[in-house]
Amino acid sequence: MHIEEFALGDSWIHRLDPRVKIAAAIGFSVVVALNQSVAASAIALLFPAVLILAARVSLRKVILRLAVVNSFILFLWLFLPFTHTGEIIWSLGPLEIHREGLIFCLLITLKSNAIMLAVIALLGTSRVFTLVHALSHMAIPDKLVHLFFFCFRYIHVIHEEYHRLAVAMKVRGFRPRTDLHTYRAYAYMVGMLLVRSFDRSRRILAAMRCRGFRGRFYILHHYEMKRCDYVVGAASFLISAVLLVAK
Amino acid sequence: MIRLRNIRFRYNSGYVLDRVNFSLDRGDRIALVGPNGSGKTTLCHIMMGLLFPESGEVEIFGKLRKKEADFQEIRGRIGFLFQDADDQLFCPTVLEDVAFGPLNLGKSPEEARRVVSSTLKSLKLEGFEERITYQLSGGEKRLVSLATVLAMEPEVLILDEPTSGLDEATTERLAEILNESNLTYILISHDIDFVKKTTDGIVRMADLVSA
Repeated sequence: MHIEEFALGDSWIHRLDPRVKIAAAIGFSVVVALNQSVAASAIALLFPAVLILAARVSLRKVILRLAVVNSFILFLWLFLPFTHTGEIIWSLGPLEIHREGLIFCLLITLKSNAIMLAVIALLGTSRVFTLVHALSHMAIPDKLVHLFFFCFRYIHVIHEEYHRLAVAMKVRGFRPRTDLHTYRAYAYMVGMLLVRSFDRSRRILAAMRCRGFRGRFYILHHYEMKRCDYVVGAASFLISAVLLVAK
Repeated sequence: MIRLRNIRFRYNSGYVLDRVNFSLDRGDRIALVGPNGSGKTTLCHIMMGLLFPESGEVEIFGKLRKKEADFQEIRGRIGFLFQDADDQLFCPTVLEDVAFGPLNLGKSPEEARRVVSSTLKSLKLEGFEERITYQLSGGEKRLVSLATVLAMEPEVLILDEPTSGLDEATTERLAEILNESNLTYILISHDIDFVKKTTDGIVRMADLVSA
């Protein structure tokens, strides 16, 4: 699994206070999502693009990620221009392309890419556990933070368990086909994963209790805002504010 | 230090422990042996208050322990090393995982950091603080798990199959650590060589049942 492929760099973006990054990413995303103008959306795209360059992450990987998002948007381009109402700018038999449909597609494409880029540049450049720590410093309910934390910590373990089961099935000659036997085997496997995960969660809790856990987590890392953090925080606030007004 | 009297415990399938007696004194280094399913792990979980017996008495550090609250006080004094290190290590970094116990015991973050670095040093795991727990090798995971338990400075250690899945070198290191520790401990193990090296006596599950 490559959940953290952008988090391993060492640019000034990587070193920013994660609280600033989370706040900036949320603020920017909301403003961009509310935006209705194509021009403003195009300009909005510049901000995360600059951040991506500053973070010096692999552009190839960024493009691969964007390709996934854009493959969904492609379907909008296939349907919206033909089905949207408004001025017809081109027609071929029963097919008519509407201007508003095209603009709408363009708007969605620009906005999605701007938000996606911002998320990669700001959140993707922190390790998941750093984000978890930051969230717990940001007055997010403990339960939600813990849920996020344990999900990520044990996703690897469950993934390994899945792998072991899959290999064990394979060496006994299992080959997935489109038949009842295959469906049943997969259902058993998912069931087994659930049961094992449940058992594991109980063992983890027992192990935690043995080490004196009574329902409270203590945090070792405390973040300190540096000048750089204030500057970036203020800059992203300004950019978001300008975009909000400019629409 | 630990006295169990007439313990009965059953899972749905029937009695695993039926009138079992057990005692451990300061300085004892014993191995608890018995076939699979003979209740070794269950017995140790009862000592930690993770399971509660149907009948019988659990006396630890001179006091009868009956409910969860009675056991909370002893958890810092008895360290329990679980069979599967993935159950034990749940924090992102080694530093946080080893600090988890000391922080729960009410130590300040600075004290906890000090305990972590001295514990890691004593296990020759210097520089492991920022390592990611789930990326450690099997042997490293086991030693770090041991560090998380030792960081609480327990008086007694319970080790549930600590050598399972370990290579010879790590097993050897674990034996050295135990022999140098001066701790009182109970070891569950099927590894006879390891048992001979690290304990002074063997207790068989079958011998614990009162007549």
